[in-house]
Amino acid sequence: MIRVLLPPHLRTLAHAGTEVTLEVASPVTLRSVLDALEERYPMLRGTIRDHVTQERRPFLRFFACEQDLSHEPVDSPLPEAVASGAEPLVVLGAIAGG
Amino acid sequence: MSKVRVLVGTRKGAFILTADGKREKWDVSGPHFAGWEMYHVKGSPADPNRLYASQSSGWFGQLIQRSDDGGKTWHQPGTPPGETVAPGPPKGMSNKFVYDVSAETGKPLTTHQFYDGTQHPWEFKRVWHLEPSLTDPDTVFAGVEDAALFRSTDGGENWKELSGLRGHGTGPMWQPGAGGMCLHTIILDPSNPERIFIAISAAGAFRTDDGGKSWTPINRGLYSKYIPNPTAEVGHCVHHVAMNPSRPGVLFMQKHWDVMRSDNAGDSWQKISGNLPTDFGFVIDVHTHEPETVYVVPIKSDAEHFVPDGKLRVFRSRTGGNEWEPLTKGLPQSNCYVNVLRDAMAVDSLDECGIYFGTSGGQVYASADAGDSWNPIVRDLPAVLSVEVQTLT
Repeated sequence: MIRVLLPPHLRTLAHAGTEVTLEVASPVTLRSVLDALEERYPMLRGTIRDHVTQERRPFLRFFACEQDLSHEPVDSPLPEAVASGAEPLVVLGAIAGG
Repeated sequence: MSKVRVLVGTRKGAFILTADGKREKWDVSGPHFAGWEMYHVKGSPADPNRLYASQSSGWFGQLIQRSDDGGKTWHQPGTPPGETVAPGPPKGMSNKFVYDVSAETGKPLTTHQFYDGTQHPWEFKRVWHLEPSLTDPDTVFAGVEDAALFRSTDGGENWKELSGLRGHGTGPMWQPGAGGMCLHTIILDPSNPERIFIAISAAGAFRTDDGGKSWTPINRGLYSKYIPNPTAEVGHCVHHVAMNPSRPGVLFMQKHWDVMRSDNAGDSWQKISGNLPTDFGFVIDVHTHEPETVYVVPIKSDAEHFVPDGKLRVFRSRTGGNEWEPLTKGLPQSNCYVNVLRDAMAVDSLDECGIYFGTSGGQVYASADAGDSWNPIVRDLPAVLSVEVQTLT
């Protein structure tokens, strides 16, 4: 099980708790996790990555295992601790605005 | 007994204010979508319980919300909460606004003028205005930034651009105003379903007479000294346009500067600023039963976006322009420095026409006597972006 932590507004939108768990086939990558997340919560399509380009929205970041994965290739394997469910993938909104 | 339902979009959520026909005691519901920018909420004239809302965020982008019960519950069209995802076409498409570049109907995605005069690609940012069809609750138009017009015919689930507007040919001369290059006004002609008026800041006003396939700029008579050719066909910063449905050929416009009027469906415009203290502003609206009675809220200038002299005054003309009277009873007349944005005024259709507007300071004011006197419905909402009203019988 992959664990994903969502920011508060997306939890509300998805009617989900702080952490969601997803079944993701190996290899576990950013792309495969986000695909599974959007499959389970279709209301999140377009909110984390652009509908068309699939680019990460600029004010969102991906963290895991104390690393910033925001700029990693989306098809690179995520850390083993994320793939095993020991650590969550964190989707974080940049602290900006009011 | 008649009721009114006021739909308020703010910087941090939407609010629904309801009252009976006396419009004295109000129930306040909200915030709906707390923390999100709610640019516009509007009800369907064909089904008052059908509401559409534009929900957006700099972080998470654009969402469309729909209510089928007058705002009690909401869902993203196509993805009701709690529904098990079924096999079949993908859902969650209601927030997908993609410029049409199809061979059949689309135009090449051209560029528009950026702030510095260079050309810049069209990039979708948000929905400014939602205009439900006059006859079909499932049909709704969306005016978006960067400027384009979209339509949904399935209750907001899927959107398709009416690309004849963006591909009109003048697109490379359109440019963003301070708020972005937004299509903010959509007016459907009740006497002619093929005719739609729209306005873009800063391109100007356009009209289609064939249901959106082709468009004509309708800016003759506008004078904008801030563009190289002040009388250019396009490039004018139109802030809002209003029409009384009983006279669809007569339009009133609040331009960046200048209040204007057209008596020929936009073919030409005349200035009607008259004795206004300043003719900069954003909102303009028309009395429901008196098509020559017009309302504006003058703002000091484009450098100082607040009301002049610390006084919040609605100005009313009963002569279709030029002669304006200040309406002040119940409105703050000292130390007031709020703005009233372009979609933040509305009129109801009760016998005694009610007028409503919201401010950047979070107040929503109502007048149950056509503007003679005003009362705040609420005083402390987040900054108000839009106000609409439904008259319910």
